[in-house]
Amino acid sequence: MHSTPIYWLGEMIIRPVEAAGDFALFTYLTLSWVFSRWPRSSVIWPSLYQIGVLSLPVVVITGAFIGMVLAVQSYDQLRVMHLESQLGAVVNLTLVKELGPVLAATMLAGRVGSAIAAELGTMRVTEQIDALEALGANPIQYLVVPRFLGCVLLIPLLTIIADGAGIYASWIFSTYVLEVNSYYYWMHTYEFVTLFDVYSGIIKSVLFGAAIALVACHRGFHARAGAEGVGTAATQTFVFSFVLILLLDFLSGVLLSQISQWIYG
Amino acid sequence: MSVPALELKHVSCQFGNQKVLRDINLQVFPGETLVLIGESGCGKSVTSKLLGGMLEPTFGEVFWQDRNVAAIPPEEKMRQRLKIGYLFQSAALFDSMTVYENIAFGLHQNTDLKEKVVRDIVHSRIHDVGLTNDVGRKKPSELSGGMRKRVGLARALALAPEIIVYDEPTTGLDPVMSDVINELIITTRQRRPVISIIVTHDMHTVQKVADRVVMLYPIEKLQPGQSQIIFEGTPEQAFSSQDERVYSFVHGDATRRLQELATA
Repeated sequence: MHSTPIYWLGEMIIRPVEAAGDFALFTYLTLSWVFSRWPRSSVIWPSLYQIGVLSLPVVVITGAFIGMVLAVQSYDQLRVMHLESQLGAVVNLTLVKELGPVLAATMLAGRVGSAIAAELGTMRVTEQIDALEALGANPIQYLVVPRFLGCVLLIPLLTIIADGAGIYASWIFSTYVLEVNSYYYWMHTYEFVTLFDVYSGIIKSVLFGAAIALVACHRGFHARAGAEGVGTAATQTFVFSFVLILLLDFLSGVLLSQISQWIYG
Repeated sequence: MSVPALELKHVSCQFGNQKVLRDINLQVFPGETLVLIGESGCGKSVTSKLLGGMLEPTFGEVFWQDRNVAAIPPEEKMRQRLKIGYLFQSAALFDSMTVYENIAFGLHQNTDLKEKVVRDIVHSRIHDVGLTNDVGRKKPSELSGGMRKRVGLARALALAPEIIVYDEPTTGLDPVMSDVINELIITTRQRRPVISIIVTHDMHTVQKVADRVVMLYPIEKLQPGQSQIIFEGTPEQAFSSQDERVYSFVHGDATRRLQELATA
């Protein structure tokens, strides 16, 4: 019976629907704890430290290199059209609105998301999550909520830092190496990059942070036994988070563009 | 006979397509020490987790003191569950915490006791399991297997449970340390009138601590309609059972298993 095409077709439909339903329920439970009762600060601080402080170096390096790469790539194109003075506008708009949030989130999905999935996965397979329940702690409140808050609060902050590093590095590179005039670099930046663009990037990074936390915790909670199970959970976290980041980037991009048109006409 | 403290009524349990338990009926009475035995994969640990409310059955009902667990509101169920202490197979100590923090966890989580009182309780439990206070500063990774089990027991005892579930308490320990754990199970019961549910393969543990023995058999080796509980009785009855399946398990006789493997 298990080898019939009907069985496999049914499995192919039921499995993803079941997984999506389970993820939706997990998200609902997490949000209901976030809005009802937070865990003690002694539980939240280590998560904030792990997610925020320890991610700083990688985020600064990523941001700086994105900025410089954008400057190099855009400069050649703009020079052909004798528009190299516009470099600041092109680089900084792309950074704050699109590439900064997406690439910072991708980097953090690898560093933070995989680490969360591996940690919670190990706790699952060594029965530590069962032990939490047995000792009267709700695992979602105790393990997921601090990590969710850490990602939602700090990934936007890390994205701003990445954007800052990228803007600074691209300015240094553009003016000292590519010899773009610093005055025009900033003048065109102020001219084209609006506050709405900056807010768009921050709103996106909040969504990306929530997605990374939920995917990582969900995968960790459902890790299968053994080293392979934990490894798979960490890998799935990165892959699913990346796909979700791109999907959310597209959807929020469309929505924010509509809002922008509504505000600025 | 008194009202059972815990009861499974027609309980079945499966994970995905894998059936683990089929139509189990089991009662646990106040004050008794029940030992669940059976070969690996027969559903002993799942049975103990169902009794302790750590898992929900796919079919059937679980009762705590005549109350259907499925009908207990979540908040109350959480409180009721604190009456059940659980010693996990791997001890399941929290890696990121010290031994002291592990043992104090349940007290910090569920009570408003002052830290001095918590400290006294933790030190008392550490002594109860035969360890000294300086162990409290260590991380679980610094402990031996036997010490981890003892710390796990101290943590389970911290909230003064009425029922203690021991999941394979002697697995992976040397014979001397296994006997230390068996003695701890006995002294814990002597100190307070707790119900003990022990999941084990260790027949020495069965002989030493059990009031009643229940043996489970894997579903895939049973005919449809056959009960999964193939033995229920005292340790003496288990050792003198004429049932070939019980005999081979209790006496560690591999003849039957080798025949099964040869015909598989």
